[in-house]
Amino acid sequence: MDIKVNVRETDGETNIVELAGEIDVYTSPKVKDALGELIDRGVYNLVIDLEKVRYIDSTGLGVLIGGLKRVREHGGTVNLVCTNPQIKKIFDITGLVKIFGIYDSEDAAMKASV
Amino acid sequence: MTANPPERATVESVELRIPRKAEWVAVARLAVAAIASRMRFTIEEIEDVKLAVAEACTNAIQSADGADQIEILCETDDTQLRVTVANRSGSGVAIAPPPLAEDEVRIDGLGVFLIRSLMDDVEYDAGPETGTRLVMIKRLAS
Repeated sequence: MDIKVNVRETDGETNIVELAGEIDVYTSPKVKDALGELIDRGVYNLVIDLEKVRYIDSTGLGVLIGGLKRVREHGGTVNLVCTNPQIKKIFDITGLVKIFGIYDSEDAAMKASV
Repeated sequence: MTANPPERATVESVELRIPRKAEWVAVARLAVAAIASRMRFTIEEIEDVKLAVAEACTNAIQSADGADQIEILCETDDTQLRVTVANRSGSGVAIAPPPLAEDEVRIDGLGVFLIRSLMDDVEYDAGPETGTRLVMIKRLAS
């Protein structure tokens, strides 16, 4: 079980963080470190692509919430790309759909973060 | 003439013991998902069980002192899957999880909230003899 993190810069201020694999109590520190490095570098607008994420638990949600909290302190945003019904369901149950922007494609998430 | 008593469902059980380490939680959730898939649960229900078990194991890792093992007992019958996640700590007293870094967000309760949302019945207890113990049930649709 692992998580792969791929960060892509764009023409604008937004970086795309593509995650692939499973985000749980074991792998979420890697995601936290990746988001932390970006935010430390002054990247405050993030699109986090969860399309290749097969599984996420509350520790993974906690990392995303922590990232959102940090970028908001700088007027930034975190938009998510997610179409997996099971993962969307977890955001629904926890009410996090009201906190994150959740989009069906990177393009839509990018447009929303401009 | 007396009525025959109702037949009792046969309970089958599987027990798994994992080290109290984060890297083993995936093994527990996949094992229980495999058990759930032998029953009549839908794929969505199996995913619910998988997440609930992982949250219970994570809770056991983060909240108990002394224990070095987590026990997962699965009991199945024709109507339901009952999963017990327990650790037997020395004192049985749950202690506060380690302090979080400044940029982390306290999400206490989110895991338990998910378990309660995804499973049909949930019970939790902690005591000097039993350690911490979470019992959760997912019922098959009739």
